[in-house]
Amino acid sequence: MSDESFEPKIVAFLCNWCTYTGADLAGTSRIQYPPNVRIIRLMCSGSVDPTYVLKALLDGADGVLIGGCHPGDCHYQSGNYKARRRIIALKEIVKQAGLDEERVWLRWVSASEGQRFADVVTQMVGALKEKGPNPLRQEWAV
Amino acid sequence: MMSEKSKPRIGVYVCHCGTNIAATVDVEAVAEYAQNLPGVVQARHYTYMCSDPGQTLIKEDCRALGLNRVVVASCSPRMHEPTFRAAAQEGGVNSYRTEMANIREQCSWVHHDKEAATRKAKVLVASAVAKVTHLEPLEEREAGVHPGTLVIGGGVAGLSAALDVAEAGFPAYIVEKSDRLGGHVAELGHTFPDLEPTADWLAPLIRRVEEHPAITVMLDAQVEEVAGFVGNFEVTVLQGGQAQQIDVGTIVIATGYQLFDPSRKPEFGYGRYPGVLTTWELEQRLATGDLVVAGRAPQDVAFIKCVGSRDIQLGNPYCSRVCCMVAAKQAQMVRQALPETRVTVFYIDVRAFGKRGEEFYDEAREAGVRYRRGNVSEVYRRGERLVLRVEDTFLRRTVEHETDMVVLAVGMEPRDDTGVISALLKLPRSADGFFLEAHPKLGPVDTTTNGVFLAGCCQAPKDIPDTVAQAKAAASSALIPLIRGTVPVISETAIVDAELCAGCGMCVDVCPYGAPALDPLWGVSRINAVLCKGCGACAVTCPSKAICLQQFTPEQIMAQVDVLTV
Ligand code: FES
Repeated sequence: MSDESFEPKIVAFLCNWCTYTGADLAGTSRIQYPPNVRIIRLMCSGSVDPTYVLKALLDGADGVLIGGCHPGDCHYQSGNYKARRRIIALKEIVKQAGLDEERVWLRWVSASEGQRFADVVTQMVGALKEKGPNPLRQEWAV
Repeated sequence: MMSEKSKPRIGVYVCHCGTNIAATVDVEAVAEYAQNLPGVVQARHYTYMCSDPGQTLIKEDCRALGLNRVVVASCSPRMHEPTFRAAAQEGGVNSYRTEMANIREQCSWVHHDKEAATRKAKVLVASAVAKVTHLEPLEEREAGVHPGTLVIGGGVAGLSAALDVAEAGFPAYIVEKSDRLGGHVAELGHTFPDLEPTADWLAPLIRRVEEHPAITVMLDAQVEEVAGFVGNFEVTVLQGGQAQQIDVGTIVIATGYQLFDPSRKPEFGYGRYPGVLTTWELEQRLATGDLVVAGRAPQDVAFIKCVGSRDIQLGNPYCSRVCCMVAAKQAQMVRQALPETRVTVFYIDVRAFGKRGEEFYDEAREAGVRYRRGNVSEVYRRGERLVLRVEDTFLRRTVEHETDMVVLAVGMEPRDDTGVISALLKLPRSADGFFLEAHPKLGPVDTTTNGVFLAGCCQAPKDIPDTVAQAKAAASSALIPLIRGTVPVISETAIVDAELCAGCGMCVDVCPYGAPALDPLWGVSRINAVLCKGCGACAVTCPSKAICLQQFTPEQIMAQVDVLTV
């Protein structure tokens, strides 16, 4: 996109057991990734309320990442399956609201996948740079 | 007690973590920034918040300034949340009114750019402050413990761990995949650094385990499933096609290693020339006294060290820690068996650490074993004999060495089934593929899963004394919950606002643990706090928003989103 200096803002909702721990492992392994992501720890991807994602987008986040355990690995048995269904529905709502549903990413990253966590963030930052800022952020900027 | 709605009085503590954080994040600037956040009474920075003086700082502030909430910006909450919760509690602040900003794992360790890292650290602190503002005090809760420890693996590590657990008076269950106990060590004729016959000490160890009334040994068995949590693990073990459930409080993983397969280094001719053996095969030959190659006793034997270890191209950059001593042992034994035979050890470095290691290396040289520093690049055949092409790193030239027997000192690798156990117990692995300990220094036997401990070579290559030491450490850690008899259970359960509940029962359907039930009289949902595991599924599902997960309420999370999106 046009603006070279654009640094996307990503809010990430990560489950405590897999993706949050995977992000910790990226840290202990000193794997570098762009600083654009800010993490909110939740217990399970199945407890990500769609309203959290919508609020983040409406508040101007350029992207929202939801991270959970791989299918079958949820610490609470099935939270990630619930998350998967919910996020599909949510993306529909995001689209209907005239927003870009591809600003919402759902990814499975296990506790042992520090490198994968870093890769996901790096890819997401790249994709969002392509897209440019969340239009809501621009409109609301004063 | 303070009122629940008491006005926030927050203390913020920014940790340098030595230079781990401070080298990348301007901790002073972060503390200064935090000082001006709403509700913050005091913001400080300090070298090690988790140290005694660091914790004292928090406790004293809590009392002196009448704080009612604490934010610590340091490492991951998975590392030190219990530490800081306890510190806050001692200072008179409810331990659940603490929040951590993870500015090490999520910031200083993953970003180089100091400015960006400092900016991010500020935002993470602001997010933690926003959340802590809305946190409510909670009570501590406890659950009972199944007395007993599951030990996965029946090698020296598993045997030692099981024995200590049993000696302390608790049942231990050894689940061993093969049909015998003793692991790899049972295949060793002698052990370094004293050339003691292995059976002299291993056989009595195995006998003590087999005869111990508190130990159950399951051979040809494997762990199929693990449910539950520390204190209350329900383990399904498969033995002879039959599944049985064992309830234990803690688990020790002692699954060991596998030997490096030298056919992955084709240049050494393993599998091609009968005169090329592994240290493992030579061990068997030494036991039977059969050292004959190509129809006669070898006149020359050459050892090649670091086969499959310290090899970046193979993806095994680590040292296997035993091969130097194994080679020193076997070289001496070959000299004893065949005093006329020339024995040369080709090495990159000699690592003779550990008690009596250096002396043992000296003894090998006194016994006439020659040590030559050099990288062996190839082994090939010349007539009846084998030739090593060696880059002599002292002489700085390539030399040839004719020999009859080549012994490859093969290293250790993580077992192929490490991934299976790692998936069962949700254990991370380090870059080398071995299980990752919770902390390299302070938690070398702990894992990120509470109640699960590591012993022996499944964590990293090590020799027998180190393995036994770690196994005993793992056993003593595994005993803590068993001896206490209770484990703390989460206080962060879901709660229902009966005023808002419409009694639709969706929470009942969605909960995997059967915690919510509709009250037959009032028709509203009630959540059994003992059964609730705090996943939050019901809270998201509830159409009336009558349920919230304590410590993760919409109000708290929205407050974080607010801060993170500015
Ligand atoms: S705990 Fe990770 S997705 Fe449920």
